[in-house]
Amino acid sequence: MDEIKCECGHLNPYGTEVCGSCGKPLVNSGSDRLLNMRYEGAARRSQTYNKSIIDKIWNFFSSVKVGVTIIVITLLASSLGTLFPQEMFIPPGADPATFYAEEHGALGQVYYSLGLHNLYGSWWYMLLVAALGTSIIIASIDRFFPLYKALKSQRVTRHKSFMKRQRIFGTSRVDNEDTTMAQAQDILKNKRYNVREENGNLLAEKNRWARWGPYVNHIGLIIFLIGASLRFFPGMYLDENVWVREGETVVVPGTSGDYYLENEQFTEEHYDEDDERYEAAMAEAGEGAQFEETFRTDAVLYAPDEEATVGVDQELEEIDRHGIEVNDAFHFDEYAVYQVDRKLDELAEMTFDVEDTETGEVVDSFTVDLNNPDGNYTLENDEVVRIHSYFPNFYIDEEGVPTTESDVPENPAFIFEMENENTGQMEHTFLGIQANYDVSQDEEGNQYAFSMSDFDTNHVAGLTVRKDHTIPFLIAGGGIFLIGLTQGSYWAHRRIWLQRKDGEVWIAAHTNKNWEALKRDIHAITEQTQVTTPQDQTDETHEEDENQQEHIQS
Amino acid sequence: MEQLSMNLLGAAFFLYLASTIFYAVSVTGRKWRNKQGEVTGNRWGKAGYITAILGVVAALGYFFTRWAVAGHAPVSNMFEYVAFFGITISLAFVIIYGIYRVNVLGLITMPIVMLLIAYGSVFSTEVQPLQPSLQSHWLEIHVITTAIGQGILAVSFGAGLIYLLRTINLKEKGMTKRTFGVEFIMYTLVSVIAFIIVTNAFGAFDYEANFAYINEEGQQAEILYELPPLFGPNEGELLTEDRMEPWLEMPDWIESDDLNTVAWTFGTGLILYALIRLLTRRRVGALLQPLFKNVRPQTVDEVSYRAIAIGFPVFTLGGLVFAMIYAQIAWTRFWGWDPKEVWALVTFLFYAVYLHLRLNRDWHGEPSAWLAVVGFAIIIFNLIFVNLVIAGLHSYA
Ligand code: HEM
Repeated sequence: MDEIKCECGHLNPYGTEVCGSCGKPLVNSGSDRLLNMRYEGAARRSQTYNKSIIDKIWNFFSSVKVGVTIIVITLLASSLGTLFPQEMFIPPGADPATFYAEEHGALGQVYYSLGLHNLYGSWWYMLLVAALGTSIIIASIDRFFPLYKALKSQRVTRHKSFMKRQRIFGTSRVDNEDTTMAQAQDILKNKRYNVREENGNLLAEKNRWARWGPYVNHIGLIIFLIGASLRFFPGMYLDENVWVREGETVVVPGTSGDYYLENEQFTEEHYDEDDERYEAAMAEAGEGAQFEETFRTDAVLYAPDEEATVGVDQELEEIDRHGIEVNDAFHFDEYAVYQVDRKLDELAEMTFDVEDTETGEVVDSFTVDLNNPDGNYTLENDEVVRIHSYFPNFYIDEEGVPTTESDVPENPAFIFEMENENTGQMEHTFLGIQANYDVSQDEEGNQYAFSMSDFDTNHVAGLTVRKDHTIPFLIAGGGIFLIGLTQGSYWAHRRIWLQRKDGEVWIAAHTNKNWEALKRDIHAITEQTQVTTPQDQTDETHEEDENQQEHIQS
Repeated sequence: MEQLSMNLLGAAFFLYLASTIFYAVSVTGRKWRNKQGEVTGNRWGKAGYITAILGVVAALGYFFTRWAVAGHAPVSNMFEYVAFFGITISLAFVIIYGIYRVNVLGLITMPIVMLLIAYGSVFSTEVQPLQPSLQSHWLEIHVITTAIGQGILAVSFGAGLIYLLRTINLKEKGMTKRTFGVEFIMYTLVSVIAFIIVTNAFGAFDYEANFAYINEEGQQAEILYELPPLFGPNEGELLTEDRMEPWLEMPDWIESDDLNTVAWTFGTGLILYALIRLLTRRRVGALLQPLFKNVRPQTVDEVSYRAIAIGFPVFTLGGLVFAMIYAQIAWTRFWGWDPKEVWALVTFLFYAVYLHLRLNRDWHGEPSAWLAVVGFAIIIFNLIFVNLVIAGLHSYA
């Protein structure tokens, strides 16, 4: 495509609106409308080519209109997802297929049918985010290079109509151009402008680097989005739950047996009712309100002893210990273990008395560890109690067969087996909570009777094991984003051109934001030199608008 | 100490009131012009600024003494958070007024600050003990930074509102989208006033209606209404004698007492608004309009934009970055699509949209002003509805 030759002799790439060298407007050159200074009038790829399919895609994504539309759709979709709880927040065990209709009526049904109950993980939501990322990348590349070139090779002397068509523009007659220019230069330097001089004309510029703010922040966003998508790669991310009883040692899930964790003790503490700071609030909450202060698992971390022979009961070696609290996870290697839940006073042990019904004497008692029962217990009289069956969480299923619902000893029941000395037969006793039956096959009564004499409970800690290798990316991306955001938001790129034209001093100024602040810088010049206050050309248009309005009304 | 702290907040409230009055005088009173004939404000404006600064100092005094008493930053319940949000607006105002010196900005932000403090005081002001997941310095840093960001963003609403009141003709006959929009904002502000009046009125008579109901976990619980129940709780049964029966029963996932409060707010707001219209025979906006006739629209447009440019990074830092750090530490994951988190993201995206639209000059001026209003509405929605009405992990109340 043809290059455009300006009257100053400079060759501009096709699509340029303002000559890169002298600043003469190349399109609408007869007009006196304000120049569009956004990318310094430089040619952008998206404005230039529109032939191939690639051009079309490029142009689509580089448009701010499209970008804004994508953000708006993401915004609306995201808020829609908060109308009803997402699937992950509905009560555990609830069936989403019925939950939404039951809880939220017809609207809930629609919500579920449209898949909005799992919105943030849906393919189209991810597609939206991907489109957002694409748009950011393409829009930034499209603008970065032309802007970079235009800002790097700025000439001081600008074309007349470039000056005239700046938003801030004024001309003044002065007694002595040289002194005025020199004064202005000093003032601007004092205001930390970089001043360049050429043929007696000045270009004062400040904070050009702020122009790169958006590009830096967009790079940060892209790194963040890439980081977030890495989560879907295997091995990057781990999220496991585990329950550990007091005194129990478990393998840390997800670590393939590299680590074991013991719960030495679980503690729950409550706020002191007599704490005067909170007395009023506690009284207001009424009886029975719980004010938990601390949940803590005193944990010990072990690793298998490397030297011990593999396979045989592995020796564990303590490597670290930590009181895991909410807000204070246990970090080791690449893992972190968090305190997330607890079950208080779960049954741990039960002690049974064994009575010989013939003598009426208690022979002995034995204690069963409900989480890890032994098979046999030898009594003092050398008789042996065998656990025939153990149901940690007993119930009778639909077919009338005794079974257990889980391994958690919430409702433990046993069938004990013992030999009857007289008959040599095995006799059986069923023992559960508030249940005690002779269940032997024969007609005779059992010789031995069992009864629960004691029990012991302990606490169970609910822990979550995490590993997340995406975090460094997120930190880098977030950090770069914030740097770019600050760079672009808290500084503004300002330029002031002062030129001698036809025996006058012309002043024009441009900034990408905060014009009032730019005007204050100019005010310093007009106050101390003979340069008069330039016009803000948008002021006039506004006043014209107003006048027109009044005309219409009157 | 706790009493001292509350007294300081009261003092701040009256300083903000004084500041409002000074600014009102400065806007309606005589003008001082400099040698170029520009209006530079007047001494009343300076008095307004000084009292606003004193107000901020007193309010910070409240904040830090309460912090010392409670042992944690006072941003952990609805009262504390709303009051602090008001304080951050005044802080943001002090900063932005320092840059632009627009007196009318004080005239509009100071009353908003007072409204928020009065609104917050409706909720329980007791110092509360913190449950374990809330005992984190990161939570404090997150909430404080977010509130400051929102406070700065709120100033852009103030400036945007001035822009609208300055440029839209509110005397014309017949309703247009623009006059409706302005009046809707006015109605909302009137509703807040109505709410404060109503709750204080019923509070003065110790109105209470107790209900037994079934909560969202399917358990029997009790709930206390401090306003007559229009919306009753799920399977609610009135326990207090001589109280009206609710008009409608709500499902268990709605915090019915809070919904009831919201209904009261907008209902009485409507009555109050209608009264003003009937008595003055003018739009509420038109009543305020004369105050703004000397404002340069472009200046307030820039103030509104500048507040967003300053507030957006602060909000992002507090509402997303620190929020993620806190969530990672307290809840094991930096992001969990909890409604409160999603709405912080929505706020972020909304202001990103604003900034991109402003790249185009056509969006400067009135469209920007409307967007600033919508942005503030999102922040308030987030604060009130998401906190109160949707019961989530973050709920303060
Ligand atoms: C949520 C995602 C995004 C965020 C947070 C973001 C943030 C920003 C910010 C803060 C600015 C600076 C605005 C100013 O200083 O006034 C900016 C500028 C810009 N953004 Fe984005 N942006 C996002 C997405 C996009 C997308 C999808 C596009 C695609 C068209 C885009 C294109 C641009 C352009 C063209 C600029 C102006 C660059 C310049 O001034 O040279 N942005 N962005």
